[in-house]
Amino acid sequence: MSVIPADSASLPAAQGAPATKVRGYWGSVWNRLRYDYVTLFCLGLIIVIILLAVFAPWLSPMDPEKSSMANRLRPIGYKKYLLGTDEQGRDMVSRLLWGGRVSLMMGILPVVFATLVGGMFGVVAGYYGGKVNMVIMRTMDIFFAFPSVLLAVAIAGSLGGGIGNQMLTLTVVLIPPICRVAETATSQVRALDFVDAARASGASTISILFSHVLINVLSPVLVYSSTLVSISIILASGLSFLGLGVSPPTADWGLMLSTLRQSIYVQPIVTALPGIAILITSIAFNLVSDGLRQAMDVKA
Amino acid sequence: MTLVTETAIDAAADPRDRGGPAQPMLIVENIKKYFPIRAGLLNRKVAEVKAVDDISFYVMKGETLGIVGESGCGKSTLARLLMYLIERDEGNLVLDGDLVGEKSGVPIDALRRSLQMVFQDSYSSLNPRLPIEQSIAYGPKVQGIKPKKAKEQAQDLLGKVGLRPNLFSQRYPHELSGGQKQRVNIARALALDPRLLILDEAVSALDKSVEAQVLNLLSELKEQLNLTYIFISHDLHVVQYISDRVLVMYLGQVVEIGPVDKLYSNPKHPYTQALLACRLSMDPDERVDAAPLAGDPPNPVNPPSGCRFHTRCPHAEDICMAKAPALGDVLKATPDQHLAACHMAQAGSGHSKAPATLAELFNI
Amino acid sequence: MWLYALRRLLLTIPILLGVTIICFALVKLAPGDPIQNLVRPETPPEEVAKLRAYYGLDQPVVIQYFVWLWRVLCGDLGRSIANNALVSEEVVRAFLNTLNIALISVVIAFVASMALGIIAATRQGGAVDKLVTAIAVFGISVPTFWLAVVLVIFFAVNLNWLPATGMGADGSHGFNYFDWNDFKFAVMPIIALALPPLGIMTRTTRSALSEVLNQDFIQTLRAKGLSEGRIIVHAVRNIMPGATAMLGLQLGYLIGGSVLVETVFTWPGTGFLLNKAILTRDIPLLQGTILVLATVFVLINLVVDLAQSMIDPRIKRI
Ligand SMILES: Nc1ncnc2c1ncn2[C@@H]1O[C@H](COP(=O)(O)OP(=O)(O)O)[C@@H](O)[C@H]1O
Ligand SMILES: [Mg+2]
Repeated sequence: MSVIPADSASLPAAQGAPATKVRGYWGSVWNRLRYDYVTLFCLGLIIVIILLAVFAPWLSPMDPEKSSMANRLRPIGYKKYLLGTDEQGRDMVSRLLWGGRVSLMMGILPVVFATLVGGMFGVVAGYYGGKVNMVIMRTMDIFFAFPSVLLAVAIAGSLGGGIGNQMLTLTVVLIPPICRVAETATSQVRALDFVDAARASGASTISILFSHVLINVLSPVLVYSSTLVSISIILASGLSFLGLGVSPPTADWGLMLSTLRQSIYVQPIVTALPGIAILITSIAFNLVSDGLRQAMDVKA
Repeated sequence: MTLVTETAIDAAADPRDRGGPAQPMLIVENIKKYFPIRAGLLNRKVAEVKAVDDISFYVMKGETLGIVGESGCGKSTLARLLMYLIERDEGNLVLDGDLVGEKSGVPIDALRRSLQMVFQDSYSSLNPRLPIEQSIAYGPKVQGIKPKKAKEQAQDLLGKVGLRPNLFSQRYPHELSGGQKQRVNIARALALDPRLLILDEAVSALDKSVEAQVLNLLSELKEQLNLTYIFISHDLHVVQYISDRVLVMYLGQVVEIGPVDKLYSNPKHPYTQALLACRLSMDPDERVDAAPLAGDPPNPVNPPSGCRFHTRCPHAEDICMAKAPALGDVLKATPDQHLAACHMAQAGSGHSKAPATLAELFNI
Repeated sequence: MWLYALRRLLLTIPILLGVTIICFALVKLAPGDPIQNLVRPETPPEEVAKLRAYYGLDQPVVIQYFVWLWRVLCGDLGRSIANNALVSEEVVRAFLNTLNIALISVVIAFVASMALGIIAATRQGGAVDKLVTAIAVFGISVPTFWLAVVLVIFFAVNLNWLPATGMGADGSHGFNYFDWNDFKFAVMPIIALALPPLGIMTRTTRSALSEVLNQDFIQTLRAKGLSEGRIIVHAVRNIMPGATAMLGLQLGYLIGGSVLVETVFTWPGTGFLLNKAILTRDIPLLQGTILVLATVFVLINLVVDLAQSMIDPRIKRI
């Protein structure tokens, strides 16, 4: 993920003082991350997966939606089909590459949206406290009354399929947990004296939120959000599996698994492929967020 | 007091001065803050912590007013009230002759520029994610000073508080020692060029040697920048060293106020006497073994009736339980007057150790 | 503690009300005229009009909600569009099927995670610890529906040991969990359901236990000459309240989240019911099932919290 370099550049620590070489917070995080080879490996893996998805149009050997009745359900390595074909004779390599685009997007975009929205609500609730906090957090509590899978199925099931509805559903499902983390972090920061010092200097609430609260809330929220990417990917593929995602000709790992399921007796290995793609991606994201948490949690 | 008059002359030269040397820098009138305690099923208010309960005093221009009292007696709450960081329930502030806040008088924003505070906890009072230079420059920037100028000022201030700017300006708080952090906090408070600085336990967390350095720094800065201090501490030695006048707080109230030498040499309130007896004297011969101030202070939620100190007072009599002693009109008193809220200090109060009234003396 | 229990109980009421509001809103979320989502397409127009009045759909939303809420409180969840059956009956029948496999799964996952957590925490940093961590990461990351498919590939397709789908000839009426001929249908759903909670609980147990084992009082016990076995028993007892709370929560997640696994195995539980409702766009069935599952989840959370405050009086939550 590009989070770390981008942020360390935006903090003026990098501009540095001439006499002392001091690393900022993100610098010290990176210092710790540098020796965490598992996390680095998974980070590399994620970058590769993202690149594969981004360049799918150029990388995929065939048209992912062009079916061929003559070549249905071919095994792995059959002629030009490196990973075989699906139940409509479409090339699995191409479909996995293109499907990765949708699945990754469904993993990352809802988390980004939910972080923005949920983070905002959480920061507002945590900073203002009192009634504002109560209204926001009690509303979130209601969403916590649903297990995430159930909430996703409920919303997507009512809205119906389609990529936009799926994205909306996942965002709604992810907002409450992020909001809760942001609220906790904010109310902790809010109680610290430097916020009062800023208030005493006559700063407006907006200015304090942006200059003092956000930078301190950012890392716990980002770490938490990063753990949600893998959950979002799994939830999204689950929804697609139930037919609540992209519509059929389009490739998506969850949907591929769902349609291939009928052919389980003919080509079991090919059937398992999209799931393996989901699994690898989800493990990589999980391990990276673990590593990130460890690197950031240590008191600087 | 000579010191007051000397600095009063300096103050007259200050272009920011409006009320003249005789006008106190800050007058605090009957200020009050009760914190609600919520509990029970519906989270209703069940009681109140009387953190600051009807406190009045004033600070002259150029003087240092020390505030002492056990921890939990409401010193920080008082400081925050003066800074408008928490809303007060009752009371007024008068800054150099002008009423603060509300419709008339000095706007809060002007108060902010005249009044700054150094916080108790040097660790949490600096933003851990900002280089200290930015922490210092932040206040001036929100007050409309150009970022470049604010940065230069910040470097300047770092120099003033004894931290070499090129070595320190880009450091983060965790890269500083406690004393250095507190110097940065002082610089941050001075960045807005205030006239009155509130120092809440500013040196309490420091080692003795570092403490002395910071205290010296504070004295120098006061001379240089024509400052007035409210110096809050639970350490009586430090307060004695730095203050011109001292105010003693007990459970949210003022129990004694007076010039430092009078108050230390002749404490009138048994609480002050106990505090002074408690502290370890630097001179081993003067040390007392038994601590006269036994037990914890009572709960500020339900303070004792009458005189709040009677539960711990060796001289308590019936009158102390029945009637709260008055401190007298602090705001009318001159700076060198010594007042105590104790029945024993007030003639005709009904306490057996009270001085005789004129009537008693002559009438018999 | 009783005050806490009472407060916690009272707190459940607004949450349940919130749950009903969300479930009510689901019908509004669905595209199209709500009444068309609630009745069978072949219903005659005069009947539709009557039902529209019955559901209060000609009135403001707030009234509609209370009309609906009153019916729900009376146990009327409406009728399924697909087969006109009473939703409440369908849900109750399916719920028992889900509850049974979810209970077995969560108990298996709990026992296994305790064992794995203890093994890992007592060998911190070693190869066994790494293996356990890998298992936990796998459990947390695996998509259950894929795992279900893989199980089918192995045990049904390749080995032909277990039936791939369904509940057997008797269906859920005569299903006997103590008869292998019936139970074999439940084996794969149980395994597929158990793996994610196994991963989560193993990870939590391991970290909680290693934290306890690194505390001072354990060193004191060691210094007193207590055997390692006794020390572990001591430490495990320490983390038990948290672990049982987790058990309850995971049960709630399994009951609410079984839709994917049940879909793969066509196991006739609430999850399968949801899948059916989605495929046929049977909104009353979807709404009713979700309402019941969410309510159960809230109640499980309530029981867990109450039980924990009894087991562990140190926890004083406001
Ligand atoms: N925000 C608050 N809410 C409730 N009670 C408070 C709050 N702040 C302080 N108090 C209470 O007010 C009293 C005075 O506290 P404080 O002013 O911090 O004392 P000091 O600074 O003299 O140690 C204490 O009893 C404290 O518990
Ligand atoms: Mg204090």
